Amino acid sequence: MILAGCDGDRTWRLQDYVARGGYSALRKILAEKIPQDAIIAELKTSVLRGRGGAGFPTGLKWSFMPRSFPGDKYLACNSDEGEPGTFKDRDILRYNPHSVIEGMAIAAYAMGAARGYNYIHGEIFETYSRFEEALAEAREAGFIGRNILGSDFSFELFAHHGYGAYICGEETALLESIEGKKGQPRFKPPFPASYGLYGKPTTINNTETFASVPFIMNMGGEAFLNLGKPNNGGMKLFSVSGHVNRPGNYEIPLGTPFAELLEMAGGMRGGRKIKAVIPGGSSAPVVPGGVMMDCTMDYDSISKAGSMLGSGAVIVMDETTCMVKALERLSYFYFEESCGQCTPCREGTGWLYRVVHRIEHGLGRPDDLDLLNSVTTNIMGRTICALGDAASMPVQSFVKHFGSEFEYHIENKKCLVPPEVQRAGSQIYVSPSC
Amino acid sequence: MLEIEIDGKQVQVNDGSTVIEAAAVAGSYIPHFCYHKKLSIAASCRMCLVQVEKAPKPLPACATPVTNGMKVWTHSELAVKAQKGVMEFLLINHPLDCPICDQGGECQLQDLAVGYGSTASRYQEEKRVVFNKNLGALVSTDMTRCINCTRCVRFTTEIAGEMELGQAFRGEHAEIMPFIEKTVDSELSGNIIDLCPVGALTSKPFRFAARTWELSRRKSVSPHDSLGANLIVQTKHDVVKRVLPFENEDVNECWLSDKDRFSYEALSSEQRLGAPMIRQGGQWKQVDWQAALEFVATGLRGVERDHGAASIGALASPHATVEELYLLQKLMRGLGSENIDFRLREVDFRADGKRAGAPWLGMPIAGVKDLTRLLVVGSFLRKDAPLLAQRVRQAAKKGLHVSAIGPNAEEWLLPVRNRALVAPSAMVATLGQVVVALAKEKGAEVSVALLGKLPETVSDEALAIAQSLASGRKVAVWLGNLAVQHARASELQMLAQEIARLTDGSFGFIGEAANSVGGYLAGAVPGAGGLNAAAMIEQPRAAYVTLNLEPDLDLANPAAAMAALDGAQLVVALTSFDSPSLRQVADVMLPIAPFTETSGTFVNCEGRAQSFTAVAKPFADVRPGWKVLRVLGNLLALEGFAHADSEAVRAEALAGDLASRLDNGVEGIVVSSATGPAGVLERVADVPIHFADPIARRAPSLQKTRDAAAPTARIAPATLAALGLAAGDRVRVAQGTASVELVAQADDGLAAGCVRVAAAHPSTAALGAMSGDLSVERA
Ligand SMILES: Cc1cc2nc3c(=O)[nH]c(=O)nc-3n(C[C@H](O)[C@H](O)[C@H](O)COP(=O)(O)O)c2cc1C
Ligand code: SF4
Ligand code: SF4
Ligand code: FES
Repeated sequence: MILAGCDGDRTWRLQDYVARGGYSALRKILAEKIPQDAIIAELKTSVLRGRGGAGFPTGLKWSFMPRSFPGDKYLACNSDEGEPGTFKDRDILRYNPHSVIEGMAIAAYAMGAARGYNYIHGEIFETYSRFEEALAEAREAGFIGRNILGSDFSFELFAHHGYGAYICGEETALLESIEGKKGQPRFKPPFPASYGLYGKPTTINNTETFASVPFIMNMGGEAFLNLGKPNNGGMKLFSVSGHVNRPGNYEIPLGTPFAELLEMAGGMRGGRKIKAVIPGGSSAPVVPGGVMMDCTMDYDSISKAGSMLGSGAVIVMDETTCMVKALERLSYFYFEESCGQCTPCREGTGWLYRVVHRIEHGLGRPDDLDLLNSVTTNIMGRTICALGDAASMPVQSFVKHFGSEFEYHIENKKCLVPPEVQRAGSQIYVSPSC
Repeated sequence: MLEIEIDGKQVQVNDGSTVIEAAAVAGSYIPHFCYHKKLSIAASCRMCLVQVEKAPKPLPACATPVTNGMKVWTHSELAVKAQKGVMEFLLINHPLDCPICDQGGECQLQDLAVGYGSTASRYQEEKRVVFNKNLGALVSTDMTRCINCTRCVRFTTEIAGEMELGQAFRGEHAEIMPFIEKTVDSELSGNIIDLCPVGALTSKPFRFAARTWELSRRKSVSPHDSLGANLIVQTKHDVVKRVLPFENEDVNECWLSDKDRFSYEALSSEQRLGAPMIRQGGQWKQVDWQAALEFVATGLRGVERDHGAASIGALASPHATVEELYLLQKLMRGLGSENIDFRLREVDFRADGKRAGAPWLGMPIAGVKDLTRLLVVGSFLRKDAPLLAQRVRQAAKKGLHVSAIGPNAEEWLLPVRNRALVAPSAMVATLGQVVVALAKEKGAEVSVALLGKLPETVSDEALAIAQSLASGRKVAVWLGNLAVQHARASELQMLAQEIARLTDGSFGFIGEAANSVGGYLAGAVPGAGGLNAAAMIEQPRAAYVTLNLEPDLDLANPAAAMAALDGAQLVVALTSFDSPSLRQVADVMLPIAPFTETSGTFVNCEGRAQSFTAVAKPFADVRPGWKVLRVLGNLLALEGFAHADSEAVRAEALAGDLASRLDNGVEGIVVSSATGPAGVLERVADVPIHFADPIARRAPSLQKTRDAAAPTARIAPATLAALGLAAGDRVRVAQGTASVELVAQADDGLAAGCVRVAAAHPSTAALGAMSGDLSVERA
């Protein structure tokens, strides 16, 4: 859907997008003066759920915006994409940036926002430059700016790039960052819909969420929903990485069996056995490979398996993986990325990392697993933003599903997976089909 | 109103209350660190987590709004488990160095750790170390103890008005720090010491001086600015070790200015005068009280006999107590002299005899929050009245529009919407223009007394100010120190009165000192035929009695004052400090108690009489000023000096209804729209915050702050260029025959044609009046 037709040359150009049917949804809305409510109703029908991680129904979110509010209202697109394993928004911006622009313009129309910002991950500058180019094209063609397509609807859209802080992907930290402040999440309530950017009502959605909007408008909410399965509407991009033959982005209908996705990704590297999968980005609990093979890729099924669909980053690990080492890496990430504002996360992420680190390095103690569980319990649900939970869930799930590996480490001061096996697994492997 | 049940207790709270506020009403204590009632909500320490009905997770009480019918448990198993979890996190990286920490015994973390901490730590890793920061002369840091509650950061940003501290870096590396190479220079900086819940920020002057439990504490009142901040003075063995705010929502809230807080160091200064001294044959000699007082009585009677009582004058500090001022004027009047004044830096006394009552702020201090328009005329508001400025800053956030008229536009850290930046000589005309424009806006006539006396044309700035005032619902005009010390102060007063009339608002005086209102109420002003402070210098007296005065620093024209006193036959100085200028001009120095060693009363700018008692025994052979004056009265055989205690003096001085004695009304001043001659350089003199009185001047730590930097000759850039000078040049600043050498500094917050040279500082004491023309040339 979003990436359909994007395997050609220069698919990011405006003319290419228009040739693929782009901007027809915006055109239609403006020409037919489709009421705001109708657009939001269509979205509700589509059961489009936020693609940024939390999976919150987008139509419902849009309906929270006080449309009659007289002052400024803002729209923000979250292209910060800092979640380890996630690289879908990058490709949307690289290959189909106009879908995001059109989606945002429609959103602005539906919510009466006059200004929007796309907050783009700062490390891969290409995406930012390309989006700026696309903005220039869209402005030139009259798809954004004053009196869009001759209507009385005006919408200004700007790109804003971050500097690589994961926390700036949290929606309120993102707003702070746009305001020029240190990117730190705000306490909620108040929610952005009432007190957002510069204190004004603001709606924040993920890149993929916005990019889906024009397609929903074109095909209708019902059709979009039917692409997926009930309560899990539409197609979704999955960033598959790890020990597979063909890592990459795959856009598939929600509800597709995981096995099929794995198949698309070329299957397990070197034909090895699947050990574990993190199905929704590093913040989602890990799921044992066997359990995962029975799941379908949608919010409900993954949730039933004890994890989250999250951002759709599927990290596949084979039997050569040392789970302690993997968790050490993840814990280090959250330790480094905590904004430091609230006590449990500031102090707890470092504690978690240090305990996992010492287990990995043969210095674990018998009660360390209880300690890890207890520290995560003290963090979860007690912080300002979800990073605290995000740091805790991998720890809890790794210990839960692979506790024996941790115990082995603690008792024997070495890894259950022999070093030579680990080494073999980490060889750069070039798939024959590439 | 909202109904909420907290720990089984039903209470009603205002709409918009948070759970922590409601808990306070219900009498439930919720542990907290980052929450502070005067600061914005950070909700970051997470110590205040409580259980809320229907909420799956514990919620932070400080940030959770009360909803009707809410049920909260602050000590349920869920709540306490969460609170203990947070306490553990707070302690894992804390150094736990309580035995060597100045905060020990008064530490929120220590106290709460007793209730919520466990006996042993589960954290076995290396602890974090955070390097200390240099925040300046007043605040000491031990940043490893910091719990990142950000109260200090929010204080500097929100209350002091400038973000001088921030939380840099992320996660576990987060640190509180000032900007690179910067210190915390706010005149309110000491409050971060009180706010810091741990021992990360402590008082530099107090460091390691005493343990909190060794200190005895008493209430007192600040002797410095006109706000009259309420203090808790802490002493050990009769030596003041520390000063903290005593919370009084109507006066200082929970804050103190640094001057209020750190000036106590001067009380142990080596310059304290410990015994009476007499000059004999050019030599200063220590004598006993008996001898000294007899010397004074005989001397005064001698001058009276030889030259008449009118040849005796009394000059008193506006920082003296009501009791001292009252007895001094009674003594003078008993002797038959009407020459007494405490308005030492004023020069225009035309309003004397035409005033309806004692000049004051014209409104309660707490009323600032209700103002919608404020015009400040001639004030260094932020440094002259730091906590009043703070109130204006908060009110400005809620919609108060501030305008200013004067030669100075230094940073007040609050939005000044309209400003007329004019030389002192143009201030009367500018205020007159505001009156003209305001009358027009209001469609009203100006008062008869002003008819034909006001300017014909109105500047854009004056018009903007008038429009702002005209659109206000609650308007006030404040005359600052520069207006009071102005050569045409009474005309400014007449015009301010007119603005108040036209806007149905109030007008008044910010006040220079702790007793600027009290001095009037105590009668320390000349009566009919008496000489005011300026006249006593212009027409030198044969004898002077001075009360806590430093003649080279405290008067409008220090050079002339020194000359007048030097030429007198007898100068009796009642003083807490031995100072070189007194040694030069006085004949006898009587050591009197500073505010901490005597009982007394200050009447603050809003007319609030605040009495205090001694917090320590007098130093050496020092005696309370009021007692010295009473004995002198007795020795001089005057009537009515039989007071048993200071309360009796107070009762006599402040008899009747005080409020009815406060009145800014003035009649019969001739206002002119004249401005000064063009082309002359005019002096603008501020009294630097830490030089304003003898105590502050001698407080070593205050003297190390940026606010105590040596004065420069500040000149507007264009004027500086026109003079052919550059910033950094050494220049000779001359007033009449007197001159001093200073460094020139470009100051774009100064009206063209003005040179700002501070008064009350040794380096400028040789100069003359605080206003008038001067010349500047390269030295
Ligand atoms: C620590 C943290 C990081 C996040 N990073 C991202 C991100 O990089 N991109 C994103 O779209 N959402 C991210 N989110 C989720 C956003 O806060 C927010 O829920 C999302 O942008 C809403 O858009 P959606 O409803 O379209 O998913 C993050 C959340 C947290 C707590
Ligand atoms: S949970 Fe962590 S990242 Fe989120 S606000 Fe608290 S400290 Fe910052
Ligand atoms: S220095 Fe003190 S007040 Fe400032 S953040 Fe640290 S603990 Fe809080
Ligand atoms: S007091 Fe509520 S979170 Fe700090």
